Amino acid sequence: MENTIDIPQANPLTKKDFESDQMVRWCPGCGDYAILSAMTNALPQLGIPRENFVFISGIGCASRFPYYMNTFGFHTIHGRGPAVATGVKLANPKLSVWEIQGDGDALAIGGNHFIHAIRRNIDINIILFNNEIYGLTKGQYSPTSPQGLVTKSTPYGSVERPFHAGELVIGAQGTFYARTIDTNPKLMTEMFVHAAQHIGTSLVEVLQNCVIFNDGAHAGVTDKVNRDDFQLHVKHGQPLLFGKDNKKGLRLNGLKLEVVTIGENGITEKDILVHDAESEDPTLHLMLARLSPPHFPMALGVIRNVRAKTYEEALEEEREKITTKSKYHSVDDLLKSGEVWEIK
Amino acid sequence: MSETIIPSKKATKELDKVVIRFAGDSGDGMQLTGSQFSFTSALWGNDLATFPDYPAEIRAPQGTVEGVSGFQVQIGKIDIYTPGDEADVLVAMNPAALKSNLKFVRKGGNIVVDLDAFVLRNIEKAGFVTNPLEDGTLADYNVVEAPISSLTKTALEGLQLDNKSIMRSKNMFALGMMYWLFDRSLKETEKYIEDKFKKTPALAEGNKRALNAGFHYAETIEALPAMYKVPPAQIEKGLYRHISGNVATAWGLMAAAERMGRKLFLGSYPITPASDILHELSRHKNLGVITMQAEDEIAAVCSAIGASYAGQMGVTTSSGPGIALKGEAIGLAVMAELPLVVVDVQRGGPSTGLPTKTEQADINIAVFGRNSESPAVVIAASTPANCFDYAYMAAKIAVEHMTPVILLTDGYLANGSEPWKFPSTADLPPITIKVPHKENGTYYPYVRDVETLARGWALPGTPGFEHRIGGLEKQEKTGNVSYDPLNHDKMVRTRAEKVERVANYIPELEVIGEGDGKLLVVGWGGTFGGMRTAVTELQRSNRKLDFVHFNYINPLPKNTKEIFERYSKILVCELNLGQFASLLRSKFPGMNIQSYTKVQGQPFLVTELKEVFIDHLKD
Repeated sequence: MENTIDIPQANPLTKKDFESDQMVRWCPGCGDYAILSAMTNALPQLGIPRENFVFISGIGCASRFPYYMNTFGFHTIHGRGPAVATGVKLANPKLSVWEIQGDGDALAIGGNHFIHAIRRNIDINIILFNNEIYGLTKGQYSPTSPQGLVTKSTPYGSVERPFHAGELVIGAQGTFYARTIDTNPKLMTEMFVHAAQHIGTSLVEVLQNCVIFNDGAHAGVTDKVNRDDFQLHVKHGQPLLFGKDNKKGLRLNGLKLEVVTIGENGITEKDILVHDAESEDPTLHLMLARLSPPHFPMALGVIRNVRAKTYEEALEEEREKITTKSKYHSVDDLLKSGEVWEIK
Repeated sequence: MSETIIPSKKATKELDKVVIRFAGDSGDGMQLTGSQFSFTSALWGNDLATFPDYPAEIRAPQGTVEGVSGFQVQIGKIDIYTPGDEADVLVAMNPAALKSNLKFVRKGGNIVVDLDAFVLRNIEKAGFVTNPLEDGTLADYNVVEAPISSLTKTALEGLQLDNKSIMRSKNMFALGMMYWLFDRSLKETEKYIEDKFKKTPALAEGNKRALNAGFHYAETIEALPAMYKVPPAQIEKGLYRHISGNVATAWGLMAAAERMGRKLFLGSYPITPASDILHELSRHKNLGVITMQAEDEIAAVCSAIGASYAGQMGVTTSSGPGIALKGEAIGLAVMAELPLVVVDVQRGGPSTGLPTKTEQADINIAVFGRNSESPAVVIAASTPANCFDYAYMAAKIAVEHMTPVILLTDGYLANGSEPWKFPSTADLPPITIKVPHKENGTYYPYVRDVETLARGWALPGTPGFEHRIGGLEKQEKTGNVSYDPLNHDKMVRTRAEKVERVANYIPELEVIGEGDGKLLVVGWGGTFGGMRTAVTELQRSNRKLDFVHFNYINPLPKNTKEIFERYSKILVCELNLGQFASLLRSKFPGMNIQSYTKVQGQPFLVTELKEVFIDHLKD
């Protein structure tokens, strides 16, 4: 079984090698520019030949992404990217397959493909641009829009309850979930590299800002004033600390997470929960994925990263098993198998 | 066939052809019984065609009409193209089987019933008010009342078998009776039984005993005093096997993928009557086949498109409701100009319709059923065995012309089976995949072959050929996104022209007959057997009519117009409300194109078609 990490080349690729000649046509100030830049930063670090990268997308602002990458790319139809990407990966497991989706594409029209790709654990990397709005259709609420959001199709505020991508990933038996934000290029690049290195379906949720239709959707987490108190950068094996001087932390109280401060009420660093991204049991991952302001920080970084057999590995094992047993080695063998008679 | 098969005095009669129908509860093993009879007859040298007729419900309540499963086979010493209009012999294992199958038996035909099953409870369950064996219901038929259940029980006495297993052997008793009646050997079925019950010798012994008991019973009783011979047909020399339409479709696709040196990727979602293609292909993953049971019809076709993009032969299989769901994705394959085979095993519709019944009403959705100008190649198989050939051709056209190809089969072809003189794959037409090349060091994904207009197929993983494609309109040659009005106009016309040019690579139509130019009878797809039989029988009695059958629907064969122009009347027969006739009228305005249609979930009957043709010959 090949994984996505190949032997590094003699002439390492650079960011420039991954930029296509097409004019990038997102709105000025769109968070997508930063994601594109983080991606072209991440790919040269992987040591994979450029021709082995494939970018697949559905429909929406985010889905224009493949046109801007100088790799193989396929801009498909609304919501179906994970299904197309699945076909690409099964057809050629050597490829490093990336699938770009917006929140509407992934979680509304393509919700079914999204959960099933994750359930199968096929080795593709899904990057979810979550701006909690429909941009390309000019401003309707999306399945991740918060309740009460006023949009063109919810003039009195959305009455629907939103999806949280992380909960869906874990509900679908996902093996890799990371969250990052478009205002943090370094973290994005890092998460893309982690996603590529994970064998199995990787889901990176990027909290992305739509300047036109939902500006400031993530300001509660990204603004300078909020950043320290509302961003929890999780790292495997590290205590779950945050806040200005890393004095705040999370600890488990019964079956609930609570925010505590080191030095207050006798709390020391020993009381703080240590992040185990590699735990098979997703309970804590789910709890981390669900955290949000104002009572909790938003967890960023690799929340879950578990190795499990991929779909293509399982298929390959099955194929080998059948091959050793089978009496047929060609279609001609098959034609002549079973009840055959000759008319002379 | 006009004489009674079971006459009153001992004789051996020779028949040209005969139709036998087995019917019983869906758990009674009627499909197995029918296929064993067919296999034995094929070995004997008969030509034949079979058709199973089973309920949509998996196991409807025992003894009810809804739970009846039937299997019809026509065997002959002459060429057999259909399973036959009406049965000459019906084997009915219970009152419900009699109730639901009596309409398929020729008046004067023969009915063998299991007398033991005709008890009051079963009679009422089947919906008879009085016992049909006694109330004159069967006055027009020759009835053999055989106590099949009790005789099976007696025959199996002493074996370590429970009552359920004993009763499940009674189909072999009935089969034994038919083997005697048609002078068939028990050998093949005995071999089959031994193989099937290798691990349970008591069951093997029981089934063999029942088979022999039925054979000897038929030999002994007065009611069955004659044996019938249907002599071997004049069949081309060679190796034969039985094949159903769905298996033939699967194997044809495999043969094509093997020939082109690519893997076959099937993305499919289970749906009646197409699922057997998924089942069959899933068995052969050691032969370069990848199958994925997708989460829905859309994922099925999209994964196939992804596989094609990455260089394998992408295929999706479904039936009408699934094809409706796949429309947008097929449009993507049209726009991205990728090879794709979409198999539509047609069934009765609209909506869920008649899942287990046949129909030919998807020609419109196949040719026109996508948004905007979205041309695809549409071809149709016409016999269970030639599903192999057309599946092969579908894949060949898809990769050589870089286009989606929709292959239409139907429930009748899919489940029907016939003996097939199978080819060696070396004799199949070659499949040529053109290697894409660069122009002055740059690869342009929409550079086209001058003859076919097919674009290049550069695969991910090929250094220097990185490119982007997608569902947005393309600039000609470069494939970059383009909203330019004139470019769009040109690309729309080019995609249409590319599909039209497939006509240069498909066989021309062949006219069957030497009529006087008055009437041309036209069929397409799965109605071939009935049409051919009706036409041949009329031609033999010196009626002047000709016949053409279409396997290529879009584009049409190049000589279609020239042939049509020779006739004053063209009669298009199809199992829908005239979809192909409309298509032909729009292509050839001014011609006298008439339509004969039927939408009953059933194939045409030969007698029905003959009457229609004779009527049309009158005026």
